[in-house]
Parts: sequence; C-alpha cells; structure tokens
Amino acid sequence: MELFGIWVTAFLTLCIYSFLYRDNPFYRFAEHLFIGVSVGYGIVLSIHQGFIPFAWDPFWAAVKPFWPGIPREAGWMGLLKLIPIAMGLLFFGGLSPRHTWLIRYPSAILVGFGSGISIPLMLQTFIFEQTRGTIEPFAAINAGTLSPWGIVEAVLMVVGVVCTLTYFFFSVEHRGPINWLSKVGIGFLMIGFGSAFGNTVMGRVALLIQRVDFLLNDWLGTIF
Amino acid sequence: MLDKLMNIDRRIVFILVALAVIIPTKLSVNLPVSVSEPTQKLYDYIDDLPAGATIMIAFDYGPASLPELHPMARAVLKQCFEKNIRVIGLTLAADAPTLANTLMEEVAEENEAMVGEDYVFLGYRPGGTLVILGMGNSIASVFDSDYSGTALAEIPMMENIKNYDQISLLLDLASGSTTEGWITYANAQYDLRIASGVTGVLISQMYPFLQTGQLVGLIAGISGAAEYEDLIDTPAKAMKWINIESFVHLLIVGLVILGNIAFFIRNRQEE
Repeated sequence: MELFGIWVTAFLTLCIYSFLYRDNPFYRFAEHLFIGVSVGYGIVLSIHQGFIPFAWDPFWAAVKPFWPGIPREAGWMGLLKLIPIAMGLLFFGGLSPRHTWLIRYPSAILVGFGSGISIPLMLQTFIFEQTRGTIEPFAAINAGTLSPWGIVEAVLMVVGVVCTLTYFFFSVEHRGPINWLSKVGIGFLMIGFGSAFGNTVMGRVALLIQRVDFLLNDWLGTIF
Repeated sequence: MLDKLMNIDRRIVFILVALAVIIPTKLSVNLPVSVSEPTQKLYDYIDDLPAGATIMIAFDYGPASLPELHPMARAVLKQCFEKNIRVIGLTLAADAPTLANTLMEEVAEENEAMVGEDYVFLGYRPGGTLVILGMGNSIASVFDSDYSGTALAEIPMMENIKNYDQISLLLDLASGSTTEGWITYANAQYDLRIASGVTGVLISQMYPFLQTGQLVGLIAGISGAAEYEDLIDTPAKAMKWINIESFVHLLIVGLVILGNIAFFIRNRQEE
C-alpha cells in the first residue's frame, strides 16, 4: 500500500511539474484532482469538526427533551442554545433575493463582537507595542547600556520608520524636505521588499528540493 | 548574443535550477551552518524550562508548507521530549490534523514519549480567533477531547492544565497570518509567551515582533530549521536541504547578475 502511495505521489508530482514545459492534459488532471480533493476534504472536515459539534449536537440536545416519547429531563433553558444556531441560519437568507436583509442581524453581531474584541488588542499589538519597540532603545542609549552597533541600529530604525511613514503621508505635497524624506522611505521599502523576495525564493526553492529529494530517493529508490 | 541572453528560454533556466538541485543531492555536500540569534533565543528559552513544564505547538500549516515547517517541528518536538517537557499539539488549519498527528506520533515513538503523559494532540477546531480566545478561559471548552476522541478529563497530563496560565510557551508553526493572531489574542490578552516558526514568505513580517519582545524566538524557514537541527545536534533533512539550497541561490544570484549586466550593456548601446 505504501509503495502504491509513493507511485501515485510521484506520478502526480511529475504531472504538476510537466507544466514547466507547457500546459498539458496531465497537468490539468492533477490540478483538477487537487482542487476536487481539497474541496471535498474541506467540506467533510467542516461538517465533522464544525457543524456536528457546534450546531447539530447542541440543537439535538436542546430539542430532544421535547421530542414525543422521550422523557423530559432538561428544562427550557436548553432551548437558549437554539438562538445562536438560528442566528447562524439567517446567513442563508442570502440565497433568496427577497430575504437578503436577514443577513444584517448575524453580520451586525459578528462585526460588533469582532470590533469590540479586536480593536483594543490590535492597537496594543500593532501600534503601542511597535511604537514602544521603536523608541525604547533610546532609553538604553540614555542609560549608556547600548553597544555602539545597537545605537546605530536604533537610529536607523527611527529614521526608517519616519521616512517610510512620510512616503505614505499624502496630506501635504511631497516637495522639499518631505520629498527628500519620502525618497529615503522608498529606499527602506525597497530593502524590505528585497528581503521579503529573497526569503520567498528560499521558501519556494525548499519546496522544489523536497520534491526532488522525494523523486530521487523515495520514488526512484523503489526501482533501483 | 546580447539579445539571446535577454530572451533566454525560461525552460533553460528551469533545467539549470533542476541541475543545481539534483547534482548536490547526489553529491551530499556539507556546508557549515551558523545559528542566528532568533533561533538561538527559542532554543535557549525551551532549554531553560524545567522538566515537567508544558508548551503548546500550533501546527498551522498544510501539506503545501510541509517541507519548510515539518523539519523544525520535528526538531523542537525532539528537544522537548528529551528534556521531559510536555507538549500539547493543536491546529487552526483544516488540512493539518493528519500530518501533525502523524509527526507527533513518529517523534514520540523515536524518543519513547507516551501519549497522554508526555504529549497530546488536540486536533483542529474551526474559528481561529475564537479558538485562541476560548482556550484562554478554558482549553476544555474548545477541545473537549483529543484527536483520537479521548475526553480531556481522562488524559493524565491535562489534569492540572486548565488554560494558558499553565502553558510556558506557544510555538506557532505557520504558513499564514496565524502568528499575528496568536500574538494579538493570546499574548496581548492573556500574556502567553509566543514563539514562531514560519515559511520563508513570512520571515520579514515577523522581525518587528521579535524586536519588541512579542516573540520569544523565531525559526525562519528552512534555514532556521537547519539551525535548530544543528543546535539539538541531530542533522536531518533541513541540514541536507539547506546545503542544496545554497547551490540554487548561487545559480539565481548568478542569473540575476548576468541579466543585469546584459540589461545595462544593451541600454548603453541604445543610447
């Protein structure tokens, strides 16, 4: 069975890589198979990990006591679980043009809850902490605890932050010193993009190496 | 000649890249690995934890990112099991449970770690942010059982673990933006220490969090995984692959330089 799996994997890998030459039926077969399997797997997983434990089981537990022939053990409070389930069902209103307005209620709850939870935490994570991280090294400079290279890094970071933010500051015309600062900002952005691109290349090459390693050692190893 | 160089068939580049991968694979070259500060920080943090401490590992990646993230997951798991640090595995990615569970079982077997005592894999729950927030109050409210269906109350190592207060570190192995989610909702809200292991695409995004201390440490792509293997003194796939990677990088840098030289020469000729 493992051998069969290795051969299927090798065949599909070669099908996908055949696109490097040009588009062909083998590539399309593997591509469609991948999409089909991914969607099918996702749906089944969503049903088992999402729908059944969070919608069906609570729903059944809530209505079971009121089912004819089943002894009533739980109270009416169990029915409260039906409220969030009903709210979720309102999303299906989008399927009918006459009932699209029903989506507004669960959407309002979702957006309201999301904003309430996220905005303070986002501000703390992405604004306050980052601002602290940018200016904190200057306290160390003041205390004389930062190395000469650390001082260079701290100054470079502040210059980079100020210049890059200036580039995205469109409330004043970019002329004179503002233009000069924004041009330095472009330089920092280019360095950032270059670094991101380099790391992306490293990641993509790693994927290729793993596939080649599989083909040379695991697959061809079954033949020779 | 210059025009030919500027219009080189992309398939020739593909063949050159393929050769740059295949030849070193067969030659088994070993280049030295130097450990970067973010990787060392994570290794030291886990190394300093007392035996019996518990860390969480979020396997937030699917098969597409397996080559970059599996080696680092394997290395960290090995370090934990050797130091008797208990591991709770979980995932926020729908396509991750099988591969994560298989990996944990493999590494546990190699290091004689026992399921339910030294490690547990909780599996996947949809919801992302809500899962992270929910576990801050009660892990059992989100995961009532582990991946195999055993109730959390029946798992010995979960006896005294109720929420993040009993967790020393969350390591997020991510191929998407989940690390930012863990920092925002687990670190900022519950003060849980976070570390990250990410694919190459995400490395640059993580450095600001490292500088502020919001991340304890960072394993950066396949090079970070190789560094970690070097630190635990167990050379494996990442160290083998990063050697091959160096040859491909040399080729790419060479092609970029060649392309730029041809570009500038042609520009000068046109002027």
